Amino acid sequence: MKFKTLLLVALAIATGSVAGAKTIELLNVSYDPTRELYTDYNAAFAKYWKAKTGDDIVVKQSHGGSGKQARSLIDGLQGDVATLALAADIDALYDNAKLLPADWQKRLPNNSTPYTSTIVFLVRKGNPKAIKDWNDLVKPGVSVVTPNPKTSGGARWNYLAAWAYAKHRDGSDDAAKKFVAALFKNVPVLDSGARGSTTTFVQRAIGDVAISWENEAFLALKEFGADKFEIVVPSLSILAEPPVAIVDKVVKKKGTTEVAKGYLEYLYSDEGQDIAGRNFYRPRNPSAATKYANVFPQLQLVTIDAEFGGWTSAQKTHFADGGVFDQIYAK
Amino acid sequence: MASPFRQRSVLPGFGLSLGFTLAYLGLIVLIPLSAAFLKIAGMSWHDFVAAVASPRVVASYRLSFGVALLAALVNAFFGFIVAWVLVRYSFPGRRIVDALVDLPFALPTAVAGIALSAIYAKNGWVGQWLDPLWARGVGKLATVVPWIDWKDWLGGTLAFDRPGIFIALTFIGLPFVVRTLQPVLAELEPELEEAAATLGANRWQTMTRVILPELFPALITGFALAFARAIGEYGSVVFIAGNQPAHSEITPLIIITKLEQYDYRGATAVAVVMLVASFLLLLAINLLQKWSRRFSAV
Repeated sequence: MKFKTLLLVALAIATGSVAGAKTIELLNVSYDPTRELYTDYNAAFAKYWKAKTGDDIVVKQSHGGSGKQARSLIDGLQGDVATLALAADIDALYDNAKLLPADWQKRLPNNSTPYTSTIVFLVRKGNPKAIKDWNDLVKPGVSVVTPNPKTSGGARWNYLAAWAYAKHRDGSDDAAKKFVAALFKNVPVLDSGARGSTTTFVQRAIGDVAISWENEAFLALKEFGADKFEIVVPSLSILAEPPVAIVDKVVKKKGTTEVAKGYLEYLYSDEGQDIAGRNFYRPRNPSAATKYANVFPQLQLVTIDAEFGGWTSAQKTHFADGGVFDQIYAK
Repeated sequence: MASPFRQRSVLPGFGLSLGFTLAYLGLIVLIPLSAAFLKIAGMSWHDFVAAVASPRVVASYRLSFGVALLAALVNAFFGFIVAWVLVRYSFPGRRIVDALVDLPFALPTAVAGIALSAIYAKNGWVGQWLDPLWARGVGKLATVVPWIDWKDWLGGTLAFDRPGIFIALTFIGLPFVVRTLQPVLAELEPELEEAAATLGANRWQTMTRVILPELFPALITGFALAFARAIGEYGSVVFIAGNQPAHSEITPLIIITKLEQYDYRGATAVAVVMLVASFLLLLAINLLQKWSRRFSAV
């Protein structure tokens, strides 16, 4: 008898809490180096959404290599939003499982990328090998750490930035191919993801220079001390646009369309942009960009669309099986 | 003529337990594996060959099977010694050493890989002493026997090159050999050796003629288990291998790489080749074991 009443009370409480302020759960499927950014952002968004609608939001995060995360979504991971390293991985959600419409990138401002980043070098304190630009990376005796572009989104940006540098300098695709071939000859370890690569450079003391996401380089400095590492900014790099998108099929099933939309849109708000800047992503919003202007150095940035004709084409030429990256490793 | 199924077994429950066995094996082993074969059924022969026989993939088979074999052989030898010591001698702390053997079973493979690469890297505890020695040894070999590319085979460093793969595969394979040998060794009666001694056998003869033939089937089983485990190992190896295409890239990594490119079929095709090759190898080892058992019984 007593047990029954207890059960009833428990049931009443449980249903009561559902009927009143709702607790909504979102899953953000993201790539490796955004852990700190989204931990910050999720707290801010939960506060904003609570004030706006009264609902409690719990955002769960999932991180991993960008390609692997896309594959998890394709294989059925119930992620409400995808915030990945490159547009090609969100394109794959359309190509392989029709999880969202083909024109997903047009649904939010700035090609659906609320923040950008670029590719820089992380070197050891004092820069003992005097690395200043990309051409220093192909010199004999310089050991370079970068992840495998076939498995890591960040590494694809690294590779394309190097290619763009050589092409701008020498003017031809052949020269660029020779340049990246020489560069990868200097790579002793190809990790599968950006975090693994940073660990190899920072903790295992492998390599003279790590090619890295700008935010990842700043984070390594913050985490391991500016007395151990330095950031070197090359003369030219690539504008990395990590896009965000709602996974339509999942939000429709879970009924979270509105929250998911709000979650991504708030990234563009003043607070969202400020959090991005604080976590070393370059904000899009001009006022936030000015606030963090002294953090992010100015350099010549090329875009993937202008330089490589978009991700689909870059992927096919460079990273598909038998593509340029495979060719430079063929003996 | 009575079929074997009609004959009543002395033990009850044959039908029930056989049915359960088949259902269980089907659910756990056969269905997932047949899914792999189904996946590649839609591939054309040309695509299949292109996926599984490109130079990079072939290089990875050589590496995966070669290093796994080497690691299993080393484990068979040293695992035998460990098992021998644990069974035959009693010394303080034996229980602890015995429990230590199981650690590679229990440790998540990624943890093992990270720990091993931290220890054997140039700045690691072991690596800072051993790595220069290794590099010097390889360099010396290259001057003595210059017509073989030693650096390509043995690697310039311990971690983040081919030796790293060997280290990881040896680590994860050890308990298989020790744990299969231990019970057989414990069962081995000391009277056998005493009899051999009274019949005039010296220690070497006792070892090679009496003890080893008895242990050989178990040793082969342990070797086969360690070998099979090493072929498929991914988690620990990727952290310590360096993963250079066509050089220190193992086959499981090729499969993951293909998956990353959404090439599900290509990945499955390579997996099926590995599966068939491993199955044939294990079958051959099992036959060898059967043969050796008959041989030792005579």
